[in-house]
Amino acid sequence: MVDEILTIVLDGAIYASWLFIVALGLTFVFGVLKILNIAHGGIYALGAYSTATLVPIFYSLGMPEQLVILAMLVSALAVAIVITPIMERGILRRFYGQDEVLIVLVTYAIYLVLEDVQKLIWGMNSLYVSEPRELLGALEFGSLYYVGYDLALIGLAIFCGLFLWFVLNKTQSGKIVLAVIHNPEISGCMGVNINKVYLAAFFIGAFLAALAGSFTAPLISVQVGISVAVVIESFAVVIIGGLGSIPGAVIGALIIGMARAACVHKLPEAEIFIMYFCMAGMLIFKPKGLFQGAQARKI
Amino acid sequence: MSEKLYNNLLFQSIFLMSFLILVGLLIPNWLVFVITKAIAYGLVGLGIITLMRGGLVSFGQGFVFGIGGYTAGLLGTQAGLTDAMLLLFISFLFTGLVGLIIAPLLARYRDIFFAMLSLAFSMVLYGILIKIDAIGGSDGFVLPESTYFGIKPSSEYADYVLYVVAIIMTGFISILLRYYYDSTPGLIALAVRENELRVEYLGSSAFNVAVLNFTIAAGLGGMGGALNGIALGHIDPEFTYWTTSGEFVFISILAGYLSVPAVFLAALLLELVRSFSGRYFPDTWQLILGLFLILSIIFIPSGIGSFFKQFFDRLKKSK
Amino acid sequence: MNFFRQCLILTSSFLISLLTFVGISNADGHKGFKLGVVTFLSGPAAEPFGVPAWNGGKLFIKLLNEGKAPAPYNKIGFGGMKITAIPIDESGGATKQVQEFRNLVQRDKVDAVLGYVSSGDCMAIPSVADELKALTVLYDCGTPRVFEDASYKYVFRTAAHAAMDNIAIAKYLIEKGHDISSIAGINQNYAWGKDSWKDFSVSVKKLSPSSEIKNELFPKIFSGQYGTEISALMNSKAKVVHSSLWGGDLQSFILQAKPRGLFKRTQVVFSAGDHVMPGLGNKYPEGVILGARGQYGMMAPDTALNKWFYKSYMDEYGVFPAQPPYRMVQGLMGLKMAIEKAMETNGGKKPNKDEIAAAFKGLEFDSPGGLVQMRLGDGHQAIQPHAIGKTAKDKDGNITVTDIVRYKASCVNPPNGIKAVDWINAGFPGADC
Repeated sequence: MVDEILTIVLDGAIYASWLFIVALGLTFVFGVLKILNIAHGGIYALGAYSTATLVPIFYSLGMPEQLVILAMLVSALAVAIVITPIMERGILRRFYGQDEVLIVLVTYAIYLVLEDVQKLIWGMNSLYVSEPRELLGALEFGSLYYVGYDLALIGLAIFCGLFLWFVLNKTQSGKIVLAVIHNPEISGCMGVNINKVYLAAFFIGAFLAALAGSFTAPLISVQVGISVAVVIESFAVVIIGGLGSIPGAVIGALIIGMARAACVHKLPEAEIFIMYFCMAGMLIFKPKGLFQGAQARKI
Repeated sequence: MSEKLYNNLLFQSIFLMSFLILVGLLIPNWLVFVITKAIAYGLVGLGIITLMRGGLVSFGQGFVFGIGGYTAGLLGTQAGLTDAMLLLFISFLFTGLVGLIIAPLLARYRDIFFAMLSLAFSMVLYGILIKIDAIGGSDGFVLPESTYFGIKPSSEYADYVLYVVAIIMTGFISILLRYYYDSTPGLIALAVRENELRVEYLGSSAFNVAVLNFTIAAGLGGMGGALNGIALGHIDPEFTYWTTSGEFVFISILAGYLSVPAVFLAALLLELVRSFSGRYFPDTWQLILGLFLILSIIFIPSGIGSFFKQFFDRLKKSK
Repeated sequence: MNFFRQCLILTSSFLISLLTFVGISNADGHKGFKLGVVTFLSGPAAEPFGVPAWNGGKLFIKLLNEGKAPAPYNKIGFGGMKITAIPIDESGGATKQVQEFRNLVQRDKVDAVLGYVSSGDCMAIPSVADELKALTVLYDCGTPRVFEDASYKYVFRTAAHAAMDNIAIAKYLIEKGHDISSIAGINQNYAWGKDSWKDFSVSVKKLSPSSEIKNELFPKIFSGQYGTEISALMNSKAKVVHSSLWGGDLQSFILQAKPRGLFKRTQVVFSAGDHVMPGLGNKYPEGVILGARGQYGMMAPDTALNKWFYKSYMDEYGVFPAQPPYRMVQGLMGLKMAIEKAMETNGGKKPNKDEIAAAFKGLEFDSPGGLVQMRLGDGHQAIQPHAIGKTAKDKDGNITVTDIVRYKASCVNPPNGIKAVDWINAGFPGADC
């Protein structure tokens, strides 16, 4: 019994960490730019693809195995560096100040374009990079084996969350971002370069999306179509936690992750529905999510 | 006197409708079908436009589209009701009713939150539909062939008959909507769009406007879903998926909120672009569709309807 | 006069644009055979099924048009008519496919449509096909219900339905003496996964009534994360784990389960497990029992026709063909044979769809995967022989399939007129093994 609860908690935590990493960038970009970036899923897929391309090159150069994490970080960074100017500077910037829903639609269009761009660059064959996953070995819990890499994902999620929280709350540039979140117009009047803040925030969001992709790549076969599910799941996390809230994303990911793990072990018929069930419950009782504070209305 | 008649909305609409019905006899069958489908999508877009006039955009019209489609489909398969006009009308009423029930939940929210919450509702419905195996789960189900006043048209004319029915029903709904838009509550919606708080200080309820508009939008969306289901003869949970909802938003943004006919034109345009890019570029149709969306948003930000309005305004001035 | 002038401008511009579109679509008049091919070209089902299937189809069509296929497929194209294929993407759901189908038939005026991987599409298309009187060949999808719940005049399926895959695996497990005292399953939560699990679990129960069902998991399709499911399967300690996962889901499941020792601890069976082998290569686990939905790929029979096809595909694409290209080629072969049979009786002119449909009914033809017989659904649904095998490393350390057992078509397929589920429940009456 205790064994089973432990398994559920561990499985739930692994899944929740994955969800959190995937959703963090989405909620952060929404918080700062007020853009619900549907193309987030597309950037995730690009991250996975670029890792699947770079890591084999990394091995072929004969670099030490332990540094493969570095290659994964670099590939995520590369995606963010390429995609941010194109998306934020090139396209999204034209729509600031216009209807937010218009921007959602634009990101949807970009999502469609990215789907085919993946196909044009990498073709239709699936790519595999399972090597990094063998790096950390396996651990035994009760009667089960867990892969070290999967457990390390929990650490990565905690690190990403804490790091972003620390930057936002404890550094000067973070506080500027908070000011822009609170009121872009007034921060602009106080001399904050809002365009720069937006660019930086979008960059961080894109990096987190690509990072999620590159750390998921060893778990899956990287191929066309991996982004669809990500859009929905990260969206569900963000709805449950409240749009734009980092603690909200933590709680949202934990709720879905744990509920799903409990379902798979104890009530498998309900698994497919549980995510939507959590979302529906939240919508009825707290439609703005758990961590959405009161907002002043402007006249 | 005659000048007045020409400018009469009813006259114009009936003229346009009879023209389209005649055109339907001349154009090939596939185009008749594409136009019928564009009308179905246009109806949903019209619903979003009704909301847009009050400053709201729903990113989850797949919700009502699906309810309308499934209502028509279930009435057809379970209750044996196959009269297309009756199905369209019942779907309209029923989905409107559902809209009225959930509208108060949504009407408190604005902007992106409204969009997101409506999207979330559509996804919950999607989750439920793929789970119910009795109605086909993720596969959906086939609708019985529809009848009109108890008569089943032969298969060569089935498409055309539905096209005529769609044009007539949609035509009259569009006329009613135009009257609604120009009525007091319809104009208050425009004021809410401009500044909600001031409207409330003046004694009108923005909440009520949102509820009313959402209900209308739901009814229209439901009718669109039913028409789409009847035309295709098949329904599946994809009706409620977020990508479907995205297309509706695109139609209404491409059309703009100024003109009713522009919505149907936008729907037809999207349908043709999608279908031809799928036909000639089967590997990269998403890229083409995406670029088409981005470019049309960049270059016609206020929609095709704004062209119409400019055009008519200029004509009036030149007179 | 304002209003009329407005109307005139609007409608004429509208008509001009319409005529342009119509002009584009009708521009290519032709004499050969126009074939609409519908298969996944985007989305998660493209890489495992749609694209390899179309690769096989494209290659075979090219060889047919050049007259380079071996007998009895050595006539150019279909009965001397060159084949023009129009590929269409299958993604977007059944409703969208109904529309694409109508476009192919009404706008492009294709002579036949070959397509459909997804069972949902196969359920939706036939009624439209009959309504439009359009000849349609379903080449891949699995659901038995297409011809069990209804009958169609112009629709044919040239591959066996999914019941065979799971019945044969259950038989294999028993014949080879595997311990099936307890079974568990992980299948996608939609018609294909649920039907597969039902066919398998009921077959096992019929053949070994004492076996116990431990765990039935139905994860969401395309979820890609199976950590929790793997824990649950391993905790259940079932002797056999069955799965009908496919494509990216199957690849992800294998990649995630392998380091956790699932394949070492339990006998895993994949009812459609071969099509990810070309991609995964030696990452594919050993000791897995798998089917290929027919005698395809590594389990194909040793015939001249198969050797020719295997080699042509290998030479063109550098990987061996798994089930998808086999199945599409099988569909093309069936269509070709039906057309040529119809031409024998009508004096050699291009047959109409009624003539082709009449010839197709009850047709038998040789394919690389063995003899295909249009036996079920009153001659509209094929049955074919099947093979089940087990993965192992060969002497060079490459993954291959050994211990292959072949099953006659009539051994693992129900007779005409009996539903697959009823046949299994009745304990396979009249099976000819």
